[in-house]
Amino acid sequence: MFSNFDFDVIQRSWVYLFTTGLKFTLVLTFSAMLGGIILGTLLAMMRLSSNKPLAFVATTYVNLIRSIPLVLVIFWFYFLVPFIGAWIIGASEPIQVGAFQSALITFILFEAAYYCEIMRSGIQSIPRGQVFAGYAIGMNYWQMMGNVVLPQAFRNMTPILLTQTIVLFQDVSLVYVLGSVPDFVTSASKIAQRDGRLVEMYLFVAVVYFVLSFGLSQLVKRFQKKIAIIR
Amino acid sequence: MHYNWNWGIFWEMSPDGIPYIDTLLAGLKWTLATAVCAWIMALVLGTIFGTLRTTTKPWVVSIANGYVELFRNIPLLVQMFLWYFVMPEVMPGSIGDWLKSLPDASFITATLALGFFTSSRVAVQVTTGIQALPRGQRMAGAALGLTPTQTYRFVLLPMAFRIIIPALTNEFAAIIKNSSVALTIGLVELTAATYSMREFTFQTFEALTGATVIYIVISVIALFLARMLEKVTAVPGYISSGSTSAGGH
Repeated sequence: MFSNFDFDVIQRSWVYLFTTGLKFTLVLTFSAMLGGIILGTLLAMMRLSSNKPLAFVATTYVNLIRSIPLVLVIFWFYFLVPFIGAWIIGASEPIQVGAFQSALITFILFEAAYYCEIMRSGIQSIPRGQVFAGYAIGMNYWQMMGNVVLPQAFRNMTPILLTQTIVLFQDVSLVYVLGSVPDFVTSASKIAQRDGRLVEMYLFVAVVYFVLSFGLSQLVKRFQKKIAIIR
Repeated sequence: MHYNWNWGIFWEMSPDGIPYIDTLLAGLKWTLATAVCAWIMALVLGTIFGTLRTTTKPWVVSIANGYVELFRNIPLLVQMFLWYFVMPEVMPGSIGDWLKSLPDASFITATLALGFFTSSRVAVQVTTGIQALPRGQRMAGAALGLTPTQTYRFVLLPMAFRIIIPALTNEFAAIIKNSSVALTIGLVELTAATYSMREFTFQTFEALTGATVIYIVISVIALFLARMLEKVTAVPGYISSGSTSAGGH
């Protein structure tokens, strides 16, 4: 059944695919992870805050983002970001936002909702006494959070944060729906259509994704065993 | 900066001769049909492979683990492409041609892709549920003279399923959202219908708002039904923990 396969197309294009498409995907994944975790942690602190309006805003945002599909979110921000940009700088026309920036903003805002839920359970897993202890020795809210609660919450949640990042790595493939963002899948699919070699190309894409995701998830598993705290 | 809002657009006629609101509702039907068919498939396959992962035969466990890893580590979009573009080509000639000529080829392939993808996630949850049970339950089954199959059927699985219902409802909400990926292989589900409405009318934000509201309504209904199901099936004496999985999507 592989008799009429032409794996030459992969040999011809893999350097380009790795240095352009996969690099774009990995850089986007990593930047969105950093931004997503920072924004997600802030959202988690807002959700757990005793300030009712603040908690309401964060809760609404997280529930809203989590109830609509990523593809729809990608469309929303693709069309919305130029308008918001124009509004911020006071331009009269929607501004041009680069493919990378647009995708980055989308994934930070989308994944922050998921990272928020992880950080929220991380913060909630810290015994309440630690919060009181922090206040008792004279810390303010930010000192207590930054020095007592968050470091422990991060430690407990690191494996889940990393697992979510693997999900994010796979999610990045969905920018394909925009057709203009040069990520791994889009680049591969353009070559596949140009050369009429869909079968070979998509199999190759699947293998690369499998190897990377599987390898990373095995690393996370090992890491999880290493940092496990015996209670 | 100006954008001409026109909320009446939903009642204007689309090129198909029906109001745009009906275009969206037709898309919603495909979304629900795909999600429900794929969910049934995911539940059956997920239960089988999730159960196999807890058996005592190492080679059975390895095969089931391999199944889960295979479908978990390839993005859903790429899996859709594999079923839609690659599978008909690697099948023996006539079957491939038959597959390509099916009238609802994109619906069938989307359901297969989504079903297999979700089944690996359901399998993990079924395994977690079974492993969460005290090992005495398995021994009790054996002590009563039940075969391993009967122990699973009458003791372990009924308990495990009641424990993982919150996780399964999360998965069901996820499958509805994930069905939107099928637009990439030409299924005109809700998100695709929205996008085509945008292309004809240029009323981008009204179209997206319409779809967003529909998705929110579905997820509120799903959440409500899940709460009811959790209440009905709660195991007396167990803490009902509510939503369990924070990650994923």
